[in-house]
Amino acid sequence: MIIIDDEPLARSIVVEYLQNFPDLTVAQVCSNGFEGVKAIQQYKPDLIILDIQMPKINGFEMLELIENPPAVIFATAFDEYAIKAFEAHAIDYLLKPFNQERFEKAIKKWRDTKNQSGEKQTRQLLEDVSLTAPQSERIVIKDGSKIKIIPVQDVHYLEAADDFVKVFTKEGYFLKNKTMSHFEQVLDPNQFVRSHRSYIINLQQITRIDPYEKDSHVAVLRSGAKVPVSRTGYPKLRSILGL
Amino acid sequence: MASSPLSVTRFKVIFSVCWLIILADQIFLLHYFGLSWKNAIVDSAVNVILLIAACLLVIMMLRYYLPQREKYFHLVSWCVLITIIVILVTKVILINAFRHDEQYLTFFHRSIWVRISLDLLLLGCFVLVTVVWYTWQEQSEREVIRQDAEKLAREAELFKLRQQLQPHFLFNSLNSITALIGSRPQEARKMVQQLSDFLRGTIRKEEYQWVTLKEELQYLQLYLDIEKVRFGHRLSTKIECDESIYEMKLPALLLQPIMENAIKFGLYDTIDEIEIGLKASKEDHHLVITVTNPFDPETSTPKGTGFGLQSVQRRLFLLFARNDLVSTEAKENIFTTTIKIPQHEQQSDNNRR
Repeated sequence: MIIIDDEPLARSIVVEYLQNFPDLTVAQVCSNGFEGVKAIQQYKPDLIILDIQMPKINGFEMLELIENPPAVIFATAFDEYAIKAFEAHAIDYLLKPFNQERFEKAIKKWRDTKNQSGEKQTRQLLEDVSLTAPQSERIVIKDGSKIKIIPVQDVHYLEAADDFVKVFTKEGYFLKNKTMSHFEQVLDPNQFVRSHRSYIINLQQITRIDPYEKDSHVAVLRSGAKVPVSRTGYPKLRSILGL
Repeated sequence: MASSPLSVTRFKVIFSVCWLIILADQIFLLHYFGLSWKNAIVDSAVNVILLIAACLLVIMMLRYYLPQREKYFHLVSWCVLITIIVILVTKVILINAFRHDEQYLTFFHRSIWVRISLDLLLLGCFVLVTVVWYTWQEQSEREVIRQDAEKLAREAELFKLRQQLQPHFLFNSLNSITALIGSRPQEARKMVQQLSDFLRGTIRKEEYQWVTLKEELQYLQLYLDIEKVRFGHRLSTKIECDESIYEMKLPALLLQPIMENAIKFGLYDTIDEIEIGLKASKEDHHLVITVTNPFDPETSTPKGTGFGLQSVQRRLFLLFARNDLVSTEAKENIFTTTIKIPQHEQQSDNNRR
């Protein structure tokens, strides 16, 4: 298993509590999400104990980057919006500070549910959390072995590509394994408009909208990119731009 | 309920003197028009006494019913009505008193219109004065209520701003203490002590209280020590402050939220070890405090002021009515927050308490 928390003492207490479980070995303790992603890929742990508020990328964003997330027990001090999601999907969540008894209960719960699919649960949890969270301000993407954090205002547009979404920025595009409707929900609707079944545009990037064939238009962005605007997308764009 | 003008001694004096003058005036006037001294005195006395009674009636009436602006014509009708009553009563009394004096009766009938207009004028003036008095009273009462309400709202707001102690901080500190208890009980005890002193500080200090820079820095140190235990080697701080300005003053509990903001910003925006700097200096009549923290310009876009700074800005605005006391700057990978605290206004604030 792996422990991920940015506070050293918070990590050490989990290690201490784990001494009662000689069969569980801690593969690594990590102090941030980047280390966490690496360690999870390297060791493929059965269980991680994860803090939410961490530097650069939070616990949820870190999980999004992992293809087959392991079972997760969250350990957090206070996270209003996430607690509901925990109740629904997490194996368990520990509210700091927690005692040994409570910790052992969580481990027991994990062992009881071990046979069920932890991965599916974790995926559902992430979806729920991202929907209840305040509007996203950044998109976290894994680009090869690097982790890319893109502030939403730097996004030019999004394009659907099979099971992925291409996130276009000035540095080209990055692939994120989410759906278009997911982005439509988590991005600020006053800044991002779904102009087409397969496209979402950042309004601040549009320089002009040209007609294109009959019934359809094309939005020209500052970068010079041309993004299709469908028959239903055009009125949406117009009303938000106040035309 | 507005207090009656008669409750004010100065008004009573003016009121009496005015009526004495009017009485004397009327006596001389009537004598001038050919009445004997005795007749003039009786005539004037009756008239003036009735007018005074009418005035008292006006004061009572207006005390309980002050007409709205658009209903001032009611007042005019009252004036006319009261004048007519006064004249009628005067007439009944005087004609009965002098029923054998032909010359006086003729004079009275000839002077009736002059009497009516004179009494109307006097009463009109008096009603005007009374209305002004009550309106002024009502307004100053309203002003007091408004000021009270404003003050309450302001205090409530300041209280709220100060109460925004992050639950994250508290719970995570407690968690660190739990961890220390097992391995390093002495340090756990020390941290409990620091946390208690810190919390006591937030409870005890009052909103308008001004403290010296030295006190505030001592308090800040408690907070920083706790945070350093929490984050270990990742967090270091550097405080630069010349001893000569230790006695400068600032509102209590102002620095901690700024520091908290800088620490959060610094710690959660980078994964490296960070150093938070605080520098205090004196410029003109201001205490200037500069707080610096590192950040990553590539992934974050500092939007002017974070939440922690908004509440600091709001607090300074409520205290000084100025919006230019908090400023921020992002340069390369260092984010700088500067606050200025005017030093001359604090005296009056201190005295107010």
